[in-house]
Order: sequence, then structure tokens, then C-alpha cells
Amino acid sequence: MQRVEIRSLTKYFGDNLVLDSVDLSVGIHEVVCLIGASGSGKSTLLRCINRLVDYDDGTILLDGVDIQDESLPQNQLRKRVGIVFQAYNLFPHMTVLDNITLAPRKVHGLDRAETEARAHELLELFEMGTFAGSYPDRLSGGQQQRVAIVRAMATNPDVLLLDEVTAALDPELIGGVLSVIRDLKTSGMTMIIVTHEMGFARDVADRVCFLDAGRILEEAPPNKLFSDPENPRTRQFLQRIIEAGRL
Amino acid sequence: MTEERSAPARRTRNARDRWIPVLASVVSTGVVFGLAAWWVTSSEFWPAVQRQFFSGEAIRESFPAVLRGFWLNVRIWVIAEIFILGMSLILALMRSFTGPIAAPFRFFAIAYIDLLRGIPALLLILLLGFGVPALQLPGLPRGALFWGTVAMILGYSAYTAEVYRSGMEAVHDGQRAAARALGLSQWQTMRYAIVPQAVRNVLPALLNGAVSLQKDVALLSVIGVREAVREAQIYTARTFNYSSLIAAAVLFLIASVPLARLTDRYARRDQERRLQRTL
Repeated sequence: MQRVEIRSLTKYFGDNLVLDSVDLSVGIHEVVCLIGASGSGKSTLLRCINRLVDYDDGTILLDGVDIQDESLPQNQLRKRVGIVFQAYNLFPHMTVLDNITLAPRKVHGLDRAETEARAHELLELFEMGTFAGSYPDRLSGGQQQRVAIVRAMATNPDVLLLDEVTAALDPELIGGVLSVIRDLKTSGMTMIIVTHEMGFARDVADRVCFLDAGRILEEAPPNKLFSDPENPRTRQFLQRIIEAGRL
Repeated sequence: MTEERSAPARRTRNARDRWIPVLASVVSTGVVFGLAAWWVTSSEFWPAVQRQFFSGEAIRESFPAVLRGFWLNVRIWVIAEIFILGMSLILALMRSFTGPIAAPFRFFAIAYIDLLRGIPALLLILLLGFGVPALQLPGLPRGALFWGTVAMILGYSAYTAEVYRSGMEAVHDGQRAAARALGLSQWQTMRYAIVPQAVRNVLPALLNGAVSLQKDVALLSVIGVREAVREAQIYTARTFNYSSLIAAAVLFLIASVPLARLTDRYARRDQERRLQRTL
């Protein structure tokens, strides 16, 4: 059984078809990267998986259960699917520690001491231990994004969705965030990653999907997709990336 | 070996440079207000007005009663403000919840806010202050003080609810998405993520509303509540001297000016905080 299985997923924004019968399956411990131009539907696809965006047609199964099934209420689904956003979206009125422990305490009903111990452990793991008591606006973008990843991990999700998590960062801060994601891969985390960092996708992904106009045009292991793409659109896209000096 | 480097010199300003702007402000303020005072007192009726409104003796004579009345103002103000802050937050929350189950609450909040914002405060006070006691319903208080205060609370809650709502809407959408994505319910999202930020956004506006309420409590004088203005009017009716009103005005100023300064200070600090964040 696949961890996430998406079948002919279709989504309109108004009259605009943003997802056109997308099929995708992601196995346990697998890391799948979604690449493609802006507006190709990558982020929308990601947000359908934890129902931040509602879709019009198709099915998404999490461990074989339809995520719209009554046996899997929205909050239950979100307990099992973590997401990290491009703009971090940390709560500015809470310390790093409170940001991380809020969901474990209020959604998962764990007690404070237990969740704080786990939060400290995760922060130490990512060399952020000294920031537990800081407020997010005292941290650099890269540090904030690492806190956001820890926040998503604190609830032990079954799948982690990463939505262009380095797109808002200064170049010198990207490395720190990417190395955290590599560590997560090593630990066996199942991840679906939307990214513009082709080098990173090549390095971390088990499989790369190229999206164009709401469809997955090509799906292959990174070495195959980046060095020998079959679809002319994929070739064109990668050519432009190379010209921009991003690969 | 690292070379010791002294910090670059800070530009210092000598005493003259510092005092000239201050002096200029003092002189220009003096000139403007001096001219205004000269213009007012040049009226041929000024001596009569001075006797009628600024009689030291009348102010002194009326002061104890006006002060007693003002103490009532303060108590009404504090109690009303507490209820207003609570009620308006509840209204704003009712208005913000989505979904079919919340619909009746949402419609109630919208209707309440539209209705009570549309009626002048004075009219609301007259209607409740005279109308409800006239019903003589058993179990309901009949005092003008009680119903006048209720009228203030009802009217101001409608306005303050909109203040809270604007604060909630100013919180970035990403905050809501982040909270919902963590599995927080709609209520928890409000409670832990949106409302704390919203309150911080609108604190200056809330303080401003409190200043406004403090003065509007004087409206209760029209239904016979013996607060400061009413006491001053009673003195005026007896002596035909209006100086008691000046006594009341001074008391209102003493209470509201510090609050206004506090609002300014907070608003400035808030602005600095936002500026720092964007840098």
C-alpha cells in the first residue's frame, strides 16, 4: 500500500483548470520532488493533500483511506500530514518553543513537559537549541524556516509536505535548510517537496515529477529526468533553468 | 593578532544647536496662542462671559458636587468598558466563524452591529433610559443609571466589534493556514493564533475608544443620572452661573489627556516594532 495515492485529481480556480487529472503515488520513506514553472499547479497539488485547498474531482488516499472519508476528519488528517510554507508562517507572538509545542499540546493532547522535552530534542538535533526562548522576528529567515520544519515534525507526521521552503531565503541561508531536509530523508521521512532548487531535487529525490499546466508530464528518477528527459516540454524547462544558471 | 579599533566617533551637537529648535517652538507656540487669547478677550462681551464661565468663586463652590458626579462617571466608564471589551470580542468572533452551524450567530452579529451602529448614542440612551423602565417588567431594574449604562455598552460594543474584526482581518492569511494545517480547530485557530495578534494590532484603536467612551458617559445626564455634567447643570440652574461646566470640563481633561498620551506612546512603539520587523 502506498502512503499517499492520488488518482485523477482535478481542481479548478474559477474557470481556470489548475490540476488536470493528476495521478501520483508516494510510498513509505519515499521522497518525491515536484518541479515545474510557476503556475503549473505544484503548490496547489501539495495543498490538496492536507485539504488546505479543496479539489473538484478525483481521490486522494492516505494509507489507503480516502482523505474525504468521514472516518478521517479534517483535523485528524492534518495531525498526520505536516506542511512547511515558503513564508515560514511562524506565530510571531509566540516563542520558538511555544510555536513548536502548540499543536502537540492543543491538538494531540500531550502535556507540556513531554512536548517541551521533545521540542528541545529536535531543536538540538538541528543545532537550534539556543533559540528556544526567542521570538521569530529575532531569527534569520533560514533559522525561522528550520523552526517551521521542527514545528511540522514535532507531531510525528506520516508525510511531510514542503512548499518551496527555500524560495524566500537569501542564497547563503539555503544550505542550512536543505541539510535539515537531507537529515529528514536519512531518518526515513516520507516527503513531497515542491522546489526550484534543481541541484537539491537531484540529490534528495527518489523520484522527480515535472508538472506543466496542471499535468504531470514526466515522472522519473532524478538522474534520468535531469540528464535524459523524454518530454520536449521537460527539456525546454530544464534548458531555461540551465540558462539561468540554476542547475 | 587583531588590531584594536576604536568605535567611530558619534556626531555630537553643541548646546546652541540643541536649544535653538526648542526655543523656536516655544516662541511660535507663544505667539499663536497669545494672538488667539488677545482676539477672544478683545470682545466687548468678554468681561461678562468671564464672570459667567470663569468665576473662581463659582468653580470653587460647585466643585465638590461636580467631583462627586465625576466619580460616578469614572465608575460607569470602567464597568461599561469591561463589558464592551468582552461583548465586542464575542460579537467579532461570532461574525468571523464560517460554516452552516455558525450561520445564525453570524447573522445575529451582523444584524446587531448594523442596527446599533445606526442609532445615535443619545437616542439609544433616551430609548432605553426612559422606555424600558416604563414597561415596569417584574424582575428588571428600573433605574436610569442602570439602563443608561446598558445603552452605552450596547452601542459601543457594535463599534468595538468592528475594531476587533479589522484587527483579525489584518492578520496575514498564512497564519490561519499554518494553524489549520497543524490540525487546530477553527476555534483554536482564533484563540491561539489570530486573536492575540489582532488585539495587538488594534490596541491603539481600543484605547482611543476608551477615551471616547469616557467623555460620552456625560450623555447619561439627559436621563437624569447625576454624573459630573448633570451636577454642573444643577448648579447652573440654581445660580445662573456656568462656571460649574468649566469645573466639569477640567475634570474630564485631567482624566482623558493622560490616556490620550498613553495611546500615542503605544502607537509609536507599535510602529517602531513593525518597522524593525520589515528591516
